This record gives sequence, C-alpha cells and structure tokens, in this order.
Amino acid sequence: MECSFALTGNGYVLVASDTTAARSIVKMKTDEDKTKVLGPHLVMTYSGEPGDTVQFAEFVERNLRLHQIRHHQALRPQSAASWIRRALADSLRSRSPYAVNLLVGGFDTSVAAIREETEAVGGEPKLYWIDYLGTMAEVPFAAHGYGSYFALSLLDRYHNPQASLDEGIATLRRCIDEVSKRLIVAPSNYKVRVVDKDGVREVEL
Amino acid sequence: MNSLVNRFSTTGAQNELRRAREETEEDDIGDSMWGSVAGFGNLTKSGPTFNLPSVADPTAFLRLHTDDHADPSCRIKIQHGTTTLAFRFKGGVIVAVDSRATAGSYIASGTVKKVIEINKFLLGTMAGGAADCQYWETYLGIQCRLHELRNRERISVAAASKYLSNLVYSYKGMGLSMGTMICGWDKTGPAVFYVDSDGTRLKGDLFSVGSGSTFAYGVLDQGYRWDLTDEEAQELGRRSIYAAGHRDAFSGNTINLYHVKENGWTFIGNYDVSEMHYDGPGNVPGGAPGGYGYEVRTGPSTVAV
Repeated sequence: MECSFALTGNGYVLVASDTTAARSIVKMKTDEDKTKVLGPHLVMTYSGEPGDTVQFAEFVERNLRLHQIRHHQALRPQSAASWIRRALADSLRSRSPYAVNLLVGGFDTSVAAIREETEAVGGEPKLYWIDYLGTMAEVPFAAHGYGSYFALSLLDRYHNPQASLDEGIATLRRCIDEVSKRLIVAPSNYKVRVVDKDGVREVEL
Repeated sequence: MNSLVNRFSTTGAQNELRRAREETEEDDIGDSMWGSVAGFGNLTKSGPTFNLPSVADPTAFLRLHTDDHADPSCRIKIQHGTTTLAFRFKGGVIVAVDSRATAGSYIASGTVKKVIEINKFLLGTMAGGAADCQYWETYLGIQCRLHELRNRERISVAAASKYLSNLVYSYKGMGLSMGTMICGWDKTGPAVFYVDSDGTRLKGDLFSVGSGSTFAYGVLDQGYRWDLTDEEAQELGRRSIYAAGHRDAFSGNTINLYHVKENGWTFIGNYDVSEMHYDGPGNVPGGAPGGYGYEVRTGPSTVAV
C-alpha cells in the first residue's frame, strides 16, 4: 500500500515516497517516482486515486512554474502550500474532485525567513501535510497511508528538529524499516529527496 | 408529467438543450453539452460529443445495468476476462494476447483480435471493454496520423499514450473500462506504456493486463532478461499467454503474437492453446520441442489418474 513520510531537521526537509504502482493485487511497477520537484526549494510527494495523482501533480507543477515565469520569483513554501491546498479544496467542491494526498516540503530562503537561529543554515525548513479533503497542517514530520500508523508514533519518539542530515536520514530509515517489519503490505522501494539551501536533490538510503 | 413540465418550462437542462438545438439547427448536440459555460458557452461542434443516458447519474445507471463486480443477473454483460502482455527487450517489443471473449460464464468468441493495429509502428492491446478499447484506440490512430501530417514527424509512443490517457481521464467515472498497453518503436527505441481507464499511465519494460495476468507474470517474470534473442523473446511471450490460457478460465483459445522492430510491427503467428499444451509450437524459431503442458513436459504422470 502507498506510504509517504517526511521530516524536518536542522536546515533541511526530507521527503520519501514509496515507488510502487499497484493495481488490485498486482505490482505493475516498482520504480515509479511519486514525488515532484515544484521549484528551486520545493518538493512534493503525492498519493491517492490512480489517475488523479499524476494529473493533479502536473497541474500544480505547471501553475507554480507559470507563477515563476510571470513574477520572476518562485512562491515561498507557505504560499505555495496554501495555493495547493486551495486548488484541492476548490476541486473538492466541483463535480469531479481530485482525491490526492500530499506532503509538501520546502526550504524558505527569503530574507524574512532568516532569523538568528536559522541564519547559519541559510533559511527555514517548512513541511505541510495536506489530505484529499483540503486539510492542511504545518508539521515537523508527517506521513500518509498505512505507514503513518507506525511512523507517527515512531517520529513522536525519535524525531529531532535539530538533527543533522545524517541523523535525519537515519530516522527516516527507522520509519521505513519499521513499516517493512510490521505492515503486511509494505512497499519495497522508496524515493527520497532532500531540500535545503542548495535546492532539491535525491538521496540514496 | 415530467416531460410535460419540461416541454413548457423555460429553464432547466432539457430546455436549454432543446433551445440550443433549435437555434443552431443541429441535431447532434449531445446532452453532455449541457453544463459547459451555463449551458450555452460552447455549443458549437468542437470535437466529438456523446449522447449520455438521459439520467441524472450516468455512472450509477451503467453500474445498474452491467455486470459490474458481483451481479450476474443483469442484462448487459461486458467482456472482462482476458490475458494480454507486452515487454520491451534488446530486439524490440513483444506483444502477445489470448483470443477468448467471455460474457459471464459463456464463451462468446474464441477468435477475438485483441491487438489493435494503430499504425505501422504502434500497437495497442485490448483488455476490459472490447468496444471501448477498439473505438478509442482507432480514434487514437486518427489523432496519430493527424500529428504526423501536422508535424511531419511520427508521434512518439510517450505522446500517443499520453493522448489516450488524457482522453480516458476526461471520461473518468463515466463507466469506461479499459486496460491497455501502447507499444511501439520511436526515436528513443522500443517503448511500452500501460494506460487504463482510471487515468493511470505507466512507462515500463514489462506489463501484463487482464484476469489471467497473474499467471502470465509467473512465467514472464522468471524468463525475462533484457538481452533475450528475438526467438527466445517470442517463445517467452507465447509460453506466458499459454500459461494464462491454461490456468485462467476466462482466457484461452488461441494466442496472437506480434513483434515490433525498428521498421514497424510484424505479426508472428496465431497459436492454438490446446495444441501448445500437447504438441508445442512445433517447428518455429526458438520453439521448445514438445508440448508446454506439465504432464507432457515431465513425462508420464506419477499421479494416479
């Protein structure tokens, strides 16, 4: 079953999504990238109704790109997440709503975000949990899918917002290992991305 | 009573449509036109339109009258059982399908063509609703040809499959049922895309679709390598569909085998599943000697008959 996790740390956000595309009991594909890079410092995982997911993710990708072209400026994570939430909420009240769950991770590099404690790392990590009903919450860590039943308590116990990247990756590894250990329908592979002051890049676990 | 009210009312969907028909003097203004910009924005002929059942909820209507899931008593049966597969390898793409059409427990036909020849370089497979696949893949062929004429270049498999997936996505929830693989050869080499009526579109090396797909996967996954020779690949496709034809009650009869290479697809042959069981493919390149059947393959059975 679909699982995605994300957590913030000292100067970064880590997001992870499983890479399985399933149809009934069959894994159709095990290397499908269910994350989308939405800007220089913004990344999103998506899961939910087949078909809706990719359509909505591409819709968001293109609109945020359009904003960037029009204004020579990418939206800050907070504003981007609000726009995405609104797009989902509007679609929920339309004839054919998108049923998509998202984790939006960003790194706010704008001057306003740089306070004394965040100056050293070049900005502020931001993470938003958004579900298909248009609920949004800014959180230090997040998860979607059956994996969340294991990962949330684990993260309550082990998450450290001041953790280094290596420690963050180790915590993410814990989540994935726990889900693999206990969930009968656990996915086998994950795509992990980190966003920090240098932008978005993929990390190998 | 309702029709009487409709006739003399000045507002409402039916009425707007009737007025639109009168104004434009065109009969083929579908009911689906209603709702586009307050019912009047878009009433010209732009693209195909369809007559939906004139009920409030077409999806619920269709579900009520077709054998969706577990209602065998309904009147309209849609073809469901199938095994189709396609895989990409060094020598191109192999496409293999069975030929059985079932309606409930009745075998409606044993000679169905489940590979749709979109054009010289593109093949589509058919699983789910036969009419949906046939119609929309033929339609895709028209659009691919138009792309060729407009751009003086053949359409890529990625673009063709995306065209289809966007199209079926626009009908999501209205009862389309198709699970198809769009296969071909373009600038990037051999390509296979899985597209279904949920709107899912996946790029991959190896796919199997239909009720017998699990049985086909069992043989296909174990025998698959990228550097298969052409003959080995064709044999693998044949054997995988045989496996599904043997184990899945809703698949069988005959196997149709295609091979897509750089210069377009070629039809390799039609093979009877029972003949494959007892005698094997015979003297074909790459064909194993003897039948595919378990007892045939392992000699006299040790199990009491």
